Amino acid sequence: MSRVFVDVMLKPEILDPQGQAIAKALPQLGISGVRDVRAGKHFVLEVDDSVTEETVRRIADTLLANPVIEDFAVRSSTDGGPSTDQRHPPSAGEGGAQRPRSPRSGVADRRP
Amino acid sequence: MTPPRIGVVTFPGSLDDRDAARAVRAAGGESVPLWHADADLRDVAAVVLPGGFSYGDYLRCGAIARFAPLMGELIPAAQRGLPILGICNGFQILCEAHLLAGALTRNAHLRFRYRPQRLRIESTSTAWTGAYGDGAEIVVPIKNMEGRYAATADTVRELEADGRVVARYLGGNPNGSIADIAGIANAAGNVVGLMPHPEHAIDDVYGPGPDGLGFFTSAVTTLVGAAA
Repeated sequence: MSRVFVDVMLKPEILDPQGQAIAKALPQLGISGVRDVRAGKHFVLEVDDSVTEETVRRIADTLLANPVIEDFAVRSSTDGGPSTDQRHPPSAGEGGAQRPRSPRSGVADRRP
Repeated sequence: MTPPRIGVVTFPGSLDDRDAARAVRAAGGESVPLWHADADLRDVAAVVLPGGFSYGDYLRCGAIARFAPLMGELIPAAQRGLPILGICNGFQILCEAHLLAGALTRNAHLRFRYRPQRLRIESTSTAWTGAYGDGAEIVVPIKNMEGRYAATADTVRELEADGRVVARYLGGNPNGSIADIAGIANAAGNVVGLMPHPEHAIDDVYGPGPDGLGFFTSAVTTLVGAAA
């Protein structure tokens, strides 16, 4: 078993009104200097060792993301970084998601 | 003349299947209920995918409905020329199934928009718009949260060049759709997606008037003509 993360973001050219609304709310918290916010989705998949990275990419490409408007990136919990030819750069906060969140995922056997 | 059998699909969370079936009957067709979990098109001659919130709009609107067992039959049938009209959530499902180009995204102003909406019919050469005059202006309700049509500039250019923009918003763009696009067709013209709701506007009793009925009479007329 291992844990795989899929991050889905709207393509840069697609307007993200949700992100804009978040950015516009920040001054109300007294925070300035945030120029832009893009909102996306973060999926955590617990997969058997029989599930290949290719399968995860197929899941991401057919269901988790709509490739017409969204990009995705796939990472496994053992990876130091994105494991595939991701099409958007990871944001600064994403590193936290790579840390195992349960003891089980910390010791689980990984796929090659 | 036997009325043509027109299927209306019900997914978990569909809202407008009853009104769509009523519109089919008002146009002279026989409405045939189709169930998302049955991989059976029941010999219908056309299909309406109605509005609503299939699967609670989870993940993305239409993303889960697109994989319903019925869709496994509907997608190849659409590619073979079966007339399909997707309204609102139905439009979203058709885009998710890649039967139509582009996608429907969150309204630019982040508000649910519900109002009578003026439209111009931009193409009368589809299976669903033949009953309208060229450039006809109609008023039907619009009600959506994820109605903003989005596509690449190349796709929009192609849609415009091929006359596949079926309807355009007039009197103010309600959701930020690119090029004021309210509805589009596939290249063959048998698959049409429309964000506003013609099935809610088929008579003078409910809704803003009878302007929406033409989508359904168009299909009935096409099918009767094909059968004759």
